Amino acid sequence: MVHWSAEEKQLIASIWGKVNVEECGAEALARLLIVYPWTQRFFSNFGNLSSPTAIIGNPKVRAHGKKVLTSFGEAVKNLDNIKGTYSKLSELHCEKLHVDPENFRLLGDILVIVLASHFGRDFTPACQSAWQKLVSVVAHALARKYH
Amino acid sequence: MVLSANDKTNVKAVFGKIGGHAEEYGGETLERMFAAYPQTKTYFPHFDLGKGSAQVKAHGKKVAAALVEAANNIDDIAGALSKLSDLHAQKLRVDPVNFKLLGQCFLVVVACHNPALLTPEVHASLDKFLCAVGTVLTAKYR
Repeated sequence: MVHWSAEEKQLIASIWGKVNVEECGAEALARLLIVYPWTQRFFSNFGNLSSPTAIIGNPKVRAHGKKVLTSFGEAVKNLDNIKGTYSKLSELHCEKLHVDPENFRLLGDILVIVLASHFGRDFTPACQSAWQKLVSVVAHALARKYH
Repeated sequence: MVLSANDKTNVKAVFGKIGGHAEEYGGETLERMFAAYPQTKTYFPHFDLGKGSAQVKAHGKKVAAALVEAANNIDDIAGALSKLSDLHAQKLRVDPVNFKLLGQCFLVVVACHNPALLTPEVHASLDKFLCAVGTVLTAKYR
């Protein structure tokens, strides 16, 4: 089980409390597809991903981004059992979606950058540290049931 | 991975906008890296890594200066950073994985201070640039 200090929990909760899940989720996924274009391989049925503008405006990208970040919220609510929280999702990503776990790490890093751009100076080094740890734990949990 | 003409324009624009703050950004990048990735501290046992450390600030300036130099010579990053590349291969031998960590923290610093500057396209270009710098610095490792 991952150990979270009281400070880490507070830093995570305080940021999460102010996150617009729909906006941040859409932005994070769009940036993933733009900054690491090979990640588009999982979204061939999303329609027009031909340019950054198309990706940002794509309603499927927005919707899926919201879905992904909403799921992330489950980790925030269950910091003491992220492994259990993502057990089924891990199986899904392996068996049905066939997503290389490296992609979870890429998305996690992008999410941290999106949070930094929204929170500016409030996204202190301590804050970033807690969130890098969280995205890393989530990525690990999502990869855990791979076989 | 090749930097397109657009990438080069985007990177130059970022460094142009950052201007004199580059040194400060370098220091903050290191501070964030040491906080988020404590294993990176193993390369600096001889440093005071406490908050506000003058050594970290000074080293941040050096790191930033190298990034600025690379951006100013973006058509030949390998040439511009050749001596630094030798240094990293022969003396410093920083494991290649750490350049990505530094890059992530630099992007976070830019995002914190200039969110409007870091559009998705600019983010992509800057990420590619930082990868290219890391590749150059580790190119002579073996």
